[in-house]
Amino acid sequence: MARLLSILNTTAARLSALYLILFAVCATFLVIYMTSLSARMLVGQTREAINEEVRGLDRAYRRGGLPFLVRVIESRARQPGANLYLLADANGRILSGNVESLQPGVLDATGWTERPFTYSRFGEGEARLEPGMRDAEHKAVAVVFRLPNRIIVMVGRDLGEPEKFRTVMQRALVVTLAIMCAGALLIWYFVGRRALKRIDRVSEASRSIMGGDLNRRLPVSGAGDEFDRLSDNLNKMLDRIAALNEGLRQVSDNIAHDLKTPLTRLRNRAEAALAGKSETAEYRAALERTIAESDQLIRTFNAILMISRLEAGYSAEATSTIDLRAILADVVELYEPLAEEQGVALDAQLDGAVNLQGNRELIGQALSNIVDNAIKYSAGFGEKPAVQVLLDTGPNEIRLTVRDNGPGVPEADRRRVTERFVRLEESRTQPGSGLGLSLAKAVMTFHGGRLELADNAPGLAVTMVFPVEPSKRKSETVFKKRDASG
Amino acid sequence: MKILVIEDDREAADYLKNAFAEAGHTADIARDGDSGFSMAETGSYDVFVIDRMLPRRDGLSIIAELRASGNDTPALILSALGEVDDRVTGLRAGGDDYLTKPYAFSELLARIEVLRRRAGSKDVETVYHVGDLELDRLSHTVRRAGQEIILQPREFRLLEYMMRHAGQVVTRTMLLENVWDYHFDPQTNVIDVHISRLRGKIEKGFEKPLLHTVRGAGYMLKD
Repeated sequence: MARLLSILNTTAARLSALYLILFAVCATFLVIYMTSLSARMLVGQTREAINEEVRGLDRAYRRGGLPFLVRVIESRARQPGANLYLLADANGRILSGNVESLQPGVLDATGWTERPFTYSRFGEGEARLEPGMRDAEHKAVAVVFRLPNRIIVMVGRDLGEPEKFRTVMQRALVVTLAIMCAGALLIWYFVGRRALKRIDRVSEASRSIMGGDLNRRLPVSGAGDEFDRLSDNLNKMLDRIAALNEGLRQVSDNIAHDLKTPLTRLRNRAEAALAGKSETAEYRAALERTIAESDQLIRTFNAILMISRLEAGYSAEATSTIDLRAILADVVELYEPLAEEQGVALDAQLDGAVNLQGNRELIGQALSNIVDNAIKYSAGFGEKPAVQVLLDTGPNEIRLTVRDNGPGVPEADRRRVTERFVRLEESRTQPGSGLGLSLAKAVMTFHGGRLELADNAPGLAVTMVFPVEPSKRKSETVFKKRDASG
Repeated sequence: MKILVIEDDREAADYLKNAFAEAGHTADIARDGDSGFSMAETGSYDVFVIDRMLPRRDGLSIIAELRASGNDTPALILSALGEVDDRVTGLRAGGDDYLTKPYAFSELLARIEVLRRRAGSKDVETVYHVGDLELDRLSHTVRRAGQEIILQPREFRLLEYMMRHAGQVVTRTMLLENVWDYHFDPQTNVIDVHISRLRGKIEKGFEKPLLHTVRGAGYMLKD
């Protein structure tokens, strides 16, 4: 019952009811209109037939007088399905014809009878008469006229056919309405139930997602209808949330793992310094190393926060039109002395402005991380360690590539190195938080671009790929966000 | 130097008070925005150190109102928010410098001393002197003991910044911010290499070192 009520209380049910009423009204109107039109037409035909009959009788009368007329009438009256014929004297006594009795008063007026009257025929009246029923009486229309010798002639026609037609039409109307109602109910029930079922499945899925089954998704039937589109969008939303959640989880995992280690080291060092009977100088050294390590921790922490904010897309970092070449020049200039000190040849193209929408600070930091890595890993490797920074502008994208001829990164590891904290084992000895490339990747994602790692044979080529007309969407979002907050 | 610290965290505030005292400065502490604002308005301080998120009243509005009433004592904003545009909002509100928590005290001290000095600015001077080193900002020339030293443009700006703040500690991040105009934390010792290059140029062949490394903090140019 409750289920039925819930079906009735749906949009589908309401719409079905509305359509049902509308169609029923239309159908009723149509049937009634057609019935009355057809009935009128049938009556017209009847009258036409009677008129024809009268003209025939008139001719017979003129040719052979009353006796001939009587003969003609009697012969016609005997034919099956014949019209009604009646010959009566001035007092209404029936002389001839096939009418046994008829409603009184019909013969009093001449011309067309005003309305259908009842009558009974010879021969069938008695047989069919049943108590309480006047089944033998039929309805008819007739024309009555008087011959000069006051003989009354009536020619009529049974209205059985138009009546039957009317009955058939009425029955058709009832049947049609019944079928329509039944059909509507059926459709209503199935459509309503189907829609309800799908909604129930969606609710069920969302309940289980809320209940903690975060990998569950809303069912998509594949029909591509509005339910599917809705589910699809909700699923995408869930994916996004899941990605953010995953990011958050990774951050906390990484904080747990990679920050705990240095924190423990920090604590141990302080403890060791306290425990030993140390000289002031040793205390100093221990404290200085403690500070240095804390600084590194802070740096790591800041990087994690920054990556998370960039990846979450929740960042109001503003973008503006910037010159990528100028940033490249800045970074190369910043790293040139370091490269020289490390014996690495740092080479870059520095001509021609390349403008794009972006955040100078972020791109500068990302590029310096990449250059920093390139110098760090190529230094001391091979005969002539070299790092090249190249800027290519294509029709669809702007590619800023940093190539080194260091040990490179095996193909299998290339994806991993942009994940947070991943440093390949052999490079664990190098200083750094392991977040340089992750940050660069987050910065590129923020700019609507991507970070590509490729083999430079030998060495690694890291490319920051900016879309042309970059992050237009992104900057609009930022703008909107600002708008909303202001 | 007299410093007003508006900071709601008791331990952080006490630490700052002691640390400033050790560095030879006096610091007054306000623990919420309202009392901070009234102390800033009535007392005479050389520098304000203002936390951004405070009870009762936020740090930026304090600075904005002080500036509106004509008080232009240098103010340094401390904040846990480190994003680039947070910095921009902070500076736009009238702050003179911005430092993200957690910070090294040496960094804070270096920045405050630079801020204080900015009040009696050297910006008007066209020639800076440190010992026998001389930098002419108009002709872009550097001489030591009368002998011209050829510097790259960036080296010139680096030396110019260090000479303007001669006798004060300048940190690596201060250098990156003021000489390169980037606000991120350099990963490795990039700035150190620039400094040692500059040191090579201004000290090579001269007996007396001018550019000193301050351990755990940064550098100082002094006679």
